[in-house]
Amino acid sequence: MPTLNDILILLPEFYLVAVACLLLLLDAFMKPEQRGTLHWIAVVVLVVTGYMVVAGQPDVTVTAFGGMFVRDQVSEILKVFALLSTLLVFIYARPYLVERKQFVGEFYTLMLFAVIGVMLLVSAGNLVMVYLGLELLTLSSYALVALNRDSPLSSEAAIKYFVLGALSSGMLLYGMSMVYGATGSLDLAQLHVAVTQSAMPHLLVFGLIFMLVGIAFKLGAAPFHMWIPDVYQGASTPVTTFIASTSKLAAFGMAWRLLETGMGGLSQHWQPMLAAIAVLSMAIGNLVAIVQTNLKRMLAYSTISHMGYLLVGLVSAGPEGYSAAMFYAISYALMSTVSFGVILALARAGFECEEIADLKGLNQRSPWFAALMALALFSLAGVPPLFGFYAKYLVLQAAIDAHMLWLAIVGAVFAIIGLYYYLHVVKVMYFDKPEEGGADQPQADASLRVVLSINALALLVLGVYWGPLLGWCRRSFGLG
Amino acid sequence: MITLSHFIVLGAILFCIAVAGLFINRKNVIVLLMAIELMLLAVNINFVAFSRFGHDVAGQVFVFFILTVAAAESAIGLAILVLLFRNRSTVNVAEIDSMKG
Repeated sequence: MPTLNDILILLPEFYLVAVACLLLLLDAFMKPEQRGTLHWIAVVVLVVTGYMVVAGQPDVTVTAFGGMFVRDQVSEILKVFALLSTLLVFIYARPYLVERKQFVGEFYTLMLFAVIGVMLLVSAGNLVMVYLGLELLTLSSYALVALNRDSPLSSEAAIKYFVLGALSSGMLLYGMSMVYGATGSLDLAQLHVAVTQSAMPHLLVFGLIFMLVGIAFKLGAAPFHMWIPDVYQGASTPVTTFIASTSKLAAFGMAWRLLETGMGGLSQHWQPMLAAIAVLSMAIGNLVAIVQTNLKRMLAYSTISHMGYLLVGLVSAGPEGYSAAMFYAISYALMSTVSFGVILALARAGFECEEIADLKGLNQRSPWFAALMALALFSLAGVPPLFGFYAKYLVLQAAIDAHMLWLAIVGAVFAIIGLYYYLHVVKVMYFDKPEEGGADQPQADASLRVVLSINALALLVLGVYWGPLLGWCRRSFGLG
Repeated sequence: MITLSHFIVLGAILFCIAVAGLFINRKNVIVLLMAIELMLLAVNINFVAFSRFGHDVAGQVFVFFILTVAAAESAIGLAILVLLFRNRSTVNVAEIDSMKG
């Protein structure tokens, strides 16, 4: 029987569910011109939930509902940053949505439900919870991608996302069923013990492969990356920002829960497969991004390459590597919110600012936003002393420590190749002549300008003063 | 005598049919939705079989969750399909290719 204590452990999640349902009701009775209130309520709710996650965090790992839900430090950090990146998405999205008459309550409620999915996923202690959290996140995401109802591009992106997402969920489930068959348990903690003494090791490895495919799909790692570019391009930019930031934190959480908490004993099997996926992602992401002319598509391929680097951290299969990968996921979430945030700020009615050519001569028209974009791009490329550099350094260091020097070398080589396309955008912004109809001084409201500037400057600050964040990540994996 | 392996083979065959349906089909998006449904049912057969032969009820509980989520999933899938048809007047898979590269 669930006790009061179980409910208290899940208090942030319960609170968010209650408020999301209330917002849905509130929206139904609200006049369109009152929607601004909805926005601020959603923002406050995210802040309050974040506070509840941090303030209610117990000193030791606790479980609720018979091990279904695990509240540990890893989940705390991932939840805090998932809530933070969603908050940033809300703030960046408002002017964009208002201008396009897409400022609807569904956007907020679907986002909140997706965040609940993320919170349950990163805290999952059982394969059932992994599946339910994941589906709550992805089903909300499908609907969010399709939210721009009159756009043929959006509905095409939504159906592609849906079909490939459902395929990956099916793969993941098929793998889970095999693992369940080989071990007789769905509980991740019990799996951790059972995988090393299973009577059917072949079935287990078979299931592991299917689960890896599912995880790679959700992360968007090559060769299971086909949905990423189309979804990034077709979805409206606020939704793209969400998929690029919050979803990636969730995907890291899921990968860690399944691979380490559940299947840690099989690391000699998943390490080489994950290493191959990482190399492919870094190669395909960085090489194909070079030929893109659409900015969102280019950033999509950049995501694929970044997921490759994140996997390099996971491949090391030790607390050092996991903390590096988590640090990388957080840094990527913060960097992608800046890069998409600038696109959102520059977009205006009838102008999406989607093409790289749209940014021509941005420096002459809006030096501050050109600088913010350049900061984000340099950070994505991994130029010191920015946040992205230190994150890349950590994952490559973890690979070297795990005696995979070749992987670190491959990563470094592709990072240098990747520099080209980021610098190309910077060149377009600073050295090309501005064109009629291109990006101009943004008319975005003050909250967007201020928050986006803080978000971008955080990349610089965290690039120099990374100690506390890294310490937090390392402590959560039991490192000093 | 029907053993566990019979069920696993049946599940595997259904799963393969579903995956083939997803990749070979070039005609209709609705067939894709059917293939997805079939894939989840193949998984359900696996779970029920392992649960029955392993004397552990958790697998059958998981099946209930999968069935519920599959229902929600097909609802969203059909909604997106309706949207797609309204915007493009086609559900032909081969024609849904405006984004490339």
